[in-house]
Amino acid sequence: MEASGGVVTPGTDVRQQEKEREEARAAEGRGPRRNWVRPVLMWLAVIAIIIFCLFPFYWLVNVSLKTGSDLSQSDLVPPSPTLDNYTSVFENGDFTSALRNSVIVTSVTTILALIVGSFAAYALARLRFPNKFLLLAVILSISTFPPIAIAAPIFKLWTEFGLYDTYVGLILPYLTFALPLAIYILTSFFKEIPKELEEAALVDGATYFQAFRKVVLPLAAPGLVTAGLLTAFFVWNEFLLAQTLTSSPKAFTVPVSVANFTGSQKFEIPLGTISAASVVITIPLVLAVIVFQKRIVAGLTAGAVKG
Amino acid sequence: MEAATARLGRGRKGRKQKSYGSEERRLATLLLSPAMAVIVLVAAYPIGYAVWLSLTEYSLRTPGKWRFAGFDNYTEAFGSTEFWDAVRTTFLFTGISVTLELAIGLGMALAMHAAFRGRGLLRTVVLVPWAVLTVVSAITWRTLFEPNLGLVPTILDKVGIAENVVWLGQEGYALAVMVLADVWKTAPFMALLLLAGLQVIPDDVYDAAKVDGATAWQRFRRITIPLLMPAILVALIFRTLDALRIFDLPFVLTGGTNGTSTLSLIAQKQLTTNNLIGYGSALSVLTFVIVMAVSFIYIRTVGGNIKSLAEDE
Repeated sequence: MEASGGVVTPGTDVRQQEKEREEARAAEGRGPRRNWVRPVLMWLAVIAIIIFCLFPFYWLVNVSLKTGSDLSQSDLVPPSPTLDNYTSVFENGDFTSALRNSVIVTSVTTILALIVGSFAAYALARLRFPNKFLLLAVILSISTFPPIAIAAPIFKLWTEFGLYDTYVGLILPYLTFALPLAIYILTSFFKEIPKELEEAALVDGATYFQAFRKVVLPLAAPGLVTAGLLTAFFVWNEFLLAQTLTSSPKAFTVPVSVANFTGSQKFEIPLGTISAASVVITIPLVLAVIVFQKRIVAGLTAGAVKG
Repeated sequence: MEAATARLGRGRKGRKQKSYGSEERRLATLLLSPAMAVIVLVAAYPIGYAVWLSLTEYSLRTPGKWRFAGFDNYTEAFGSTEFWDAVRTTFLFTGISVTLELAIGLGMALAMHAAFRGRGLLRTVVLVPWAVLTVVSAITWRTLFEPNLGLVPTILDKVGIAENVVWLGQEGYALAVMVLADVWKTAPFMALLLLAGLQVIPDDVYDAAKVDGATAWQRFRRITIPLLMPAILVALIFRTLDALRIFDLPFVLTGGTNGTSTLSLIAQKQLTTNNLIGYGSALSVLTFVIVMAVSFIYIRTVGGNIKSLAEDE
């Protein structure tokens, strides 16, 4: 195949061009079969994707609406749907306090990551100083640290400092792991804001801080939303550190609470209630995805294919 | 720490240094120091401390008992079947799941790229598995494979395949469920990364190839794959790094039984269940070394991206 020839010089010769166009027309009209096969295949693929992505979650909701003997049958629709599992989940004090803990830990971490992260990102995007590449590489490599690597020392240090089983004990390591991504996303967003706007503000006598707060921040709002969402998703989801650094409902977060659910009888695993709790803690994330799809995709792909 | 880096820079590039305003540099130090303080105190220092702990014999069970043990913990790890089983499981899991994720993710990305209508809706749909917590994904797949309640064993029983298999209770099958749960949650993420890569390939490259009579397969082989390679690489490394650290899935699915114990899981268990801080640290450090080796490749691959961010206009 000589595709490159066509790419480099897209038809310098008029006669050649004419011939190519004819060939292309012939290739496209190669029998009527092709005209419907392609769209049908495409729609089949689209339907397959939708089922693949949504069915397991539907199944979880389905299980969460089953109780008693329904839970030993694999019906696709609950034979006698009931919200009993949800009622019992919300009557469970440990679960509701885990919800409160997760909301607090997630929001505090997200706000701190945005403040600290946007300071650092502004410096990286706008100010000139040496060894910037090295600094970014170090920051980014932190995001690839396996949490288990710091679990042991933090576990020991927190026991000594009295931070074990507290909010602060979770927020600090979460901030560390959330910062690299937040800084990376914010830096790339800050860089896209025309420098001239701030320079004009600086010329007009604004300080760096004023230029940052009044010019850059409002323009970087989409970036802040993106970084904030990804941080919040990470914290809400995190399990290893939460499981290692907490030991009581005082600081349990939702993944820990759900993963360690036990029924009224010690050795019975209440799959109905666990499923209901799982649905409850997933709904906010699914809603966020529906509302902020564009922002989230932008953030996820900013880390991967930039420029 | 910031000041030290600044001084080093001045020493080496004295001439270039003049162009940096001193006010600008001071401000940069000020703005970067909170982030760097957190990163140094809660990531760098603990890693160093973990290495130190891994060289000691220290157990919370017997307070006061402490001894410098040299490489004893590492010798113990290398001599234990638990460690090698975890290494095997972790790599097996990573290899299979990342391969499947790439194949399925690429398929999904191509379909999404071809779909002219409803791409926005598809993106939202695809983000749902990504948004589901890993712990919840584990619970979902557990309920799908549970005997009686689960849909999969019921269907397989009817078809006559894998009858009487207790999926989460048998070696091999349990790992298969773990792989499935991971593929479900992360193949869509892979698809989004690859879709972004597909969208930057200009249409006229394809048009030109079509004009030259290239078949669809040739266009895929010779244009799509090579031009998508950077995105594929980054997606592969992202996923490999995550898969090597996997903890949530085996914890919830099986508790690490039936051949599903991963490196992170055995390290965490030694720390919290057995309270063996020294030995647990050694296992953590080994996990860290393995992951960082892959991470090094990652940083090199995205090095160009970092450089463009670090450039001053």
